Amino acid sequence: MRDGEPQDLDAGAAADGRAEAFEAVIGLEIHVQLATATKMFCGCELSFGEPPNTRTCAVCLGLPGSLPVANARAIHFGLMIGLALGSELAPRSIFHRKNYFYPDQAKNYQISQYDEPLCRGGSLEEIRIHRVHLEEDAAKLIHVGSSGRIHGSDASIVDFNRGGTPLAEIVTEPDIRTPEQAGEWLKLLRSTLRRLGVSDVNMEEGSLRCDANISLRRAGTEELGVKTELKNMNSFRFIERGIRAEVERQRKILSEGGEVTQETLHFDPASGALTSLRSKEEAHDYRYFPDPDLLPVAIDREMIDLAREAMPELPAERAARLQRELELSPESAQRLAFASELGDYFEAALDAAVDPPPPAQMLANWLTGDLVARLGDGEDPQASRVRPAALAELVGLVAARRVSVGAGRQVLDSLVAEGGEPQAIVDAEGLAAMDGAEELAVIVADAVRANADAAERVREGNSKAIGPIVGHVMRETKGRADGTEVSRLIHEQLGV
Amino acid sequence: MIGRDEVLHVALLARLAVGEEELEPMARELSAVLDHIAKMGELDLSDVPPTSHVVELTGALRPDEPRPSLPRETVLAQAPAVSDGGFLVPSPQA
Amino acid sequence: MSATDVLALSARAAADAIEAGSLAPRELFDAYRERAAADVSAGEDGLNCFTWVAPEPPTDDAPAPLAGVPLAVKDLFCTAGIPSQAGSRILAGYLPPYTASAVSRLTEAGATLMAKTNQDEFAMGSSNENSAFGAVRNPWDRERVPGGSSGGSAAAVAAGLAPWALGTDTGGSVRQPAALCGIVGLKPTYGAVSRYGMIAFASSLDQAGPLTRDVADAALMLRHMVGRDPCDATSLEFPEAIELPSAERLDGIRLGVPQELTGEGIEAGVLDSFGATLALAQELGAEIQPVHLPHAPHALSAYYVLAPAECSSNLARYDGVRYGYRAPDPKDLLDMYTRTRHDGFGAEVKRRIMLGTYALSAGYYDAYYGRAQRVRTKIAEDFRTAFAAVDFIVTPTAPTVAFRLGEKTAEPLAMYLNDYCTVPMSLAGIPAISIPGGLSEGLPVGFQMAGPAFSENRLLDAAHALEGAIGFDGAATRA
Ligand SMILES: [Mg+2]
Ligand SMILES: [Zn+2]
Repeated sequence: MRDGEPQDLDAGAAADGRAEAFEAVIGLEIHVQLATATKMFCGCELSFGEPPNTRTCAVCLGLPGSLPVANARAIHFGLMIGLALGSELAPRSIFHRKNYFYPDQAKNYQISQYDEPLCRGGSLEEIRIHRVHLEEDAAKLIHVGSSGRIHGSDASIVDFNRGGTPLAEIVTEPDIRTPEQAGEWLKLLRSTLRRLGVSDVNMEEGSLRCDANISLRRAGTEELGVKTELKNMNSFRFIERGIRAEVERQRKILSEGGEVTQETLHFDPASGALTSLRSKEEAHDYRYFPDPDLLPVAIDREMIDLAREAMPELPAERAARLQRELELSPESAQRLAFASELGDYFEAALDAAVDPPPPAQMLANWLTGDLVARLGDGEDPQASRVRPAALAELVGLVAARRVSVGAGRQVLDSLVAEGGEPQAIVDAEGLAAMDGAEELAVIVADAVRANADAAERVREGNSKAIGPIVGHVMRETKGRADGTEVSRLIHEQLGV
Repeated sequence: MIGRDEVLHVALLARLAVGEEELEPMARELSAVLDHIAKMGELDLSDVPPTSHVVELTGALRPDEPRPSLPRETVLAQAPAVSDGGFLVPSPQA
Repeated sequence: MSATDVLALSARAAADAIEAGSLAPRELFDAYRERAAADVSAGEDGLNCFTWVAPEPPTDDAPAPLAGVPLAVKDLFCTAGIPSQAGSRILAGYLPPYTASAVSRLTEAGATLMAKTNQDEFAMGSSNENSAFGAVRNPWDRERVPGGSSGGSAAAVAAGLAPWALGTDTGGSVRQPAALCGIVGLKPTYGAVSRYGMIAFASSLDQAGPLTRDVADAALMLRHMVGRDPCDATSLEFPEAIELPSAERLDGIRLGVPQELTGEGIEAGVLDSFGATLALAQELGAEIQPVHLPHAPHALSAYYVLAPAECSSNLARYDGVRYGYRAPDPKDLLDMYTRTRHDGFGAEVKRRIMLGTYALSAGYYDAYYGRAQRVRTKIAEDFRTAFAAVDFIVTPTAPTVAFRLGEKTAEPLAMYLNDYCTVPMSLAGIPAISIPGGLSEGLPVGFQMAGPAFSENRLLDAAHALEGAIGFDGAATRA
């Protein structure tokens, strides 16, 4: 319950034995908007908040006579995703039409892949991949309610800017067991995709969207229960909370001897409520058939080689390398590799020519600890005022004891707030570590005198009592004194 | 023979209103055509692959290069109902 | 040149005359535009060929291969800022923002867009009676149909209201009306001409084709239409330039007569004319031999699954949201969809949408769509086998001569049988041409010749040789 939401119930209840032993079986379907320049089947540029219907053409509006032509880079990106997930790549790519009427579909069918997806199988860490296929995104519907009434009914406005944006749909096998695992895995998937450069993977902006299929089974059995589909969750927090709420709902039904109905649900993060999206119309019959406007595309050796050449180092490989080459702790290596924005920042800082150079592990600690804490989790440090070279310089100064840890943190505060150069800040604020041992010894002696009670307790063997004396020194030196040196001097002067 | 319920089901899938007086003729005409088509059933096609396209496999892809979009006034000019730069429709949520 | 002399020129002869300076483009354009406009103003008394006629003559006389030759274009093609309604109420008044590639290629070669022609709604029909803009009449007999779905294009060319016209052929929609109106109609190899901007009926079958007075004109128009278009993923580069035909003999040419398409169901007068044309071909040096297309009798069934299936999806976009007709006062979204489509589409279009939706729906896909695709495989194979033994396959184009208006409207199946001889070639994607073979009961009979994919040059040459020997005269209808 990392986000401390009071209404959240622990899905892992079975594990601590307080309820009947059910196991959650969770599969994810992730829609990833690909970061191509143009749409899936036309030359319109992708839209980033432009005014409605300004990024549209005959093709993505489904005008009479228009024809789709598939975007080569979207297929290239699809192949890269397949390679990253260790999928089997299809020898040919076939697009089908998925037929259903809805105002967000310009043609009233979606061009998608059906029985021959671009990629099949594979895995990312412990979760197996079922398939990856390409399709076009729907347009955006803006519900204007009764204010836009058309002859007595509520109205919506359709904006086709998003319509036709290339999507990769990644479907996992139902290998996930807990909401936390779903969240963690999705973060790894996101950093993998970001690392590939195939998507902006921004959940809040909708470039990464996730549905979850959830069912419960009695622990130790293999038979799958009736599953429900949780639609369109758009933040990591909501995904974990939504899944947790649905697991708990199903557990309650099953514990009371009821049956779960197959349905599609929406999780409202504000109220924590799950509502059914049951359609009042007929059961879907999508009438898939191969799109006769698009010939099957042969996925030849050349295309696969191009995708392979474009593959960057993936997070798991990066973690291994950071551990091997820089002797980072496994935790630091994973943290940097799986959050690729941190990894990129880290490596940029390490590459910066600063003197003295920062030790790698210490740099990692300052980045993932001090800097991230100041910026907030999930913020990209590249977007902050602290340049990688500045952090490297600061950590180098601290490591060389030219700046104490405490003073270093003050410098970092200043960098986060206003940017700038660490050495310049150190000089301007007088934060350089004190190098004259005699000068420091005098201040320590003053501090010992001023804190006689504490000094007495330290002499008696209470080492924790040193605090007020150290604090006094730090106040006097404005944090420039080296903590270890101060402690050594206090002990020396007190003869313990 | 296709019955009226089936006609209504298919008509809903196709989003076509069918008047009461249109039901019976529609069922009859569709049945006549389907009966004719059913003769294909005589053929043994078990080992025959399906043909979606007679054209040989090509790799007709498009380079990921932007082309100009249409001006919005052109896009909306033919629309039956427009509001706030978009196409106005009865809400699917209603 | 007198107006009569101008109208007597084939498109090719007119282009030559313009190039030679003996005919002004404006003179040619005015001669036809006047006739076309007169047909429109004649209303019920006219042929009802056109849905739009250019109000102004062209201003650009830049030299180009087709400079100044007026062109009539089937309304199925989108033309920027000019009504493009596909014969449908649902697109009444629709003004597209762009022009179809096939049309642009012709106008870039100098042809001038003079008129849009009437057609069966969304190209679904064989009589041009399924048009929201009224039936078209056959200039040979005004009480008869011109064939369809490119009926307006065929009638306009036959009646001398346009020197030539662009049509589309899905299951015979260029060839059959050409046959019924006594002109030449060519369906090219699938993929030879871009479909971009051609309002789709059945995407895997639709192909643009010329309707012309003679074979040389068909070759000339085709020359300026073919080629790969980056906007159509199914278009292909034509492997060679289209030549103007010159052959006068058929020595050594083997013509295959498929018994499956030349027997039962073909009218006696049509078979007589077909036999006479075969005899002429033999005199020109051709060898006639029987061939088998064992699956051809199932072609119509496969076609009436595949084409409606594709159409049911292609026509889903006509929903009253972005363009075209919307039913008034919808009470909700479903009501808007269903009434818009009920009122906007004609009976035949709705029938085919229903048929196609049914054939693709859960539980029926394999029995209908899947099976039809397999029949299609067999039909293409049949042709490949046959072309190992013969150069061309020849059949009557249509089983009957032009029938009376209203004669077949009550029975859809009877109407569908019109396509019996043309549909197999459509399913196989191969080129086929219909030329006038003669008259039966005073009405034209079409002679169809089909060749392997991309054999257009040879096919046009053979058709040209035969055309010369037949010496068909359609001038009476142009009076
Ligand atoms: Mg999808
Ligand atoms: Zn577009």
